[in-house]
Amino acid sequence: MRPPRFLWVPFDLGRPFGAPNEPEFQAKVARTALALLERDDGPVLLDDFPEDAPGGPSGDMSGWVCPVSLPTPKAEAGSALLEEVFAEIERLAPWYAFALEERGRTTFGLCKRDIEDVVRFLDGFMDGTPDNPLPDVTLGEAVRLASEDVRSWYLEAATAQPGAARPRELADWFWGETAVGRFYLALQPVLATHADERVRQVATGQFVPRSQRHRQG
Amino acid sequence: MVRLADLPEMEAEHLLDLPCPVYEDSPWTDAPPLSGMRVAIITSAGLSRKSDETFRPGAADYRVIPADLESSELIMSHVSTNYDRSGFQQDINVVFPIDRLNELAADGTIGSVASFHYSFMGATEPEKLEPRARELAGLLKEDQVNAVLLTPV
Repeated sequence: MRPPRFLWVPFDLGRPFGAPNEPEFQAKVARTALALLERDDGPVLLDDFPEDAPGGPSGDMSGWVCPVSLPTPKAEAGSALLEEVFAEIERLAPWYAFALEERGRTTFGLCKRDIEDVVRFLDGFMDGTPDNPLPDVTLGEAVRLASEDVRSWYLEAATAQPGAARPRELADWFWGETAVGRFYLALQPVLATHADERVRQVATGQFVPRSQRHRQG
Repeated sequence: MVRLADLPEMEAEHLLDLPCPVYEDSPWTDAPPLSGMRVAIITSAGLSRKSDETFRPGAADYRVIPADLESSELIMSHVSTNYDRSGFQQDINVVFPIDRLNELAADGTIGSVASFHYSFMGATEPEKLEPRARELAGLLKEDQVNAVLLTPV
C-alpha cells in the first residue's frame, strides 16, 4: 500500500500500543512511531518495533485466572443453560462493579439495558423474534451490539484484578469455560437461520470470532 | 499488527487473503522537527462518544473525539469480533494513546496535541473512506495539525 511511514508492531490485534496499563511501554511505541517523521529517507519507510509487549509474545501464558471460580456449565441449551448464565452473572457482578469503580468507566452499555435484559433479548431468538431494544438500529445490528455488550461485561469483570491477561486466554475462557459462551454457541445456528437477512449476516460473520469457530458443532 | 505465526491458522489465512489497494506513489513529505509538531490521533478502531451513533457495517464516516473527552465517554463499536477489546476496556491508551501524547507534549518531545482526534471503523474498504479522509485533512489543517498518528486495530 506504500504508506510513507509505517511502524510494524508484534502485538495482538486490538492492542497497537502493546498492553494496557503499561504507560512507559506505550510511550516507547509512540516515540518510535513519531521518530519516523524525523527521517528523510523515504518515500516508503517500514520499520519493525523490536520488542514484544509486556507479558510476552502472543500465546504466552500469563497465569491469568478469573477472579471467581465459575462452575463448569452442565446444560447444553434451553432454560437450564439460561439459568446457569444468570448464576454466572450473579457471581461476576461484584467484580464488574469493582472494575467499574477502579477504572471509572465501562464499555458495556451499547444496548442501554442492564446485563440480564441484554441476555434475555438474545435468548428471545431461541423461540421466536424478540422486540428490538434499540429502535434506531436494525434488528440485526441490535443483535451485534447486544452480543458485544455481554462480552464486554464479562471481560471487564474477568480482568478486574490487576495483572496481565492475554487476549487468547480471555477468549478461550469466555468461549470455552463459561455458560454464556455455551449459550452463544447454541444461539449462533438459530440466528443463522433467522428470517431477517441482517440477523443471519451477524450470526455468520460477527457473532463467533474466527479463532473460536472450532467450538461450533 | 500481530505476527501471523501467533494467530490461529484460519485467522492468518483470512488476513493474508484480504485485498489491499495498490497505489503507484506514496504521499511522502518532509516533516518539521518533532518539537514543532502538533499531533492528532486518527484511529480505525471504531471509537466514538457515548452520545454518538455507533458504527454500522460498511461505515465510511468518522467520529470526532475532542482532546478533553473523559475516557468514560469513549466506547468502541467496530463491527469485527476478531480482535481483542479487553485491552481497550482496561486502558484506552492501548488503542487511543491520548495520555501518552499529552505526556510527550508536556516534556517537549512534541510541540502540542491537537484539539480534536478522529475515528473511522476500519472494516470498510479503504477506497470508500477516501472522500471523508480528504474532508478530514481540511479539518486537521484548520486545527494547525502537521503530524498524525494513525492507529489501526
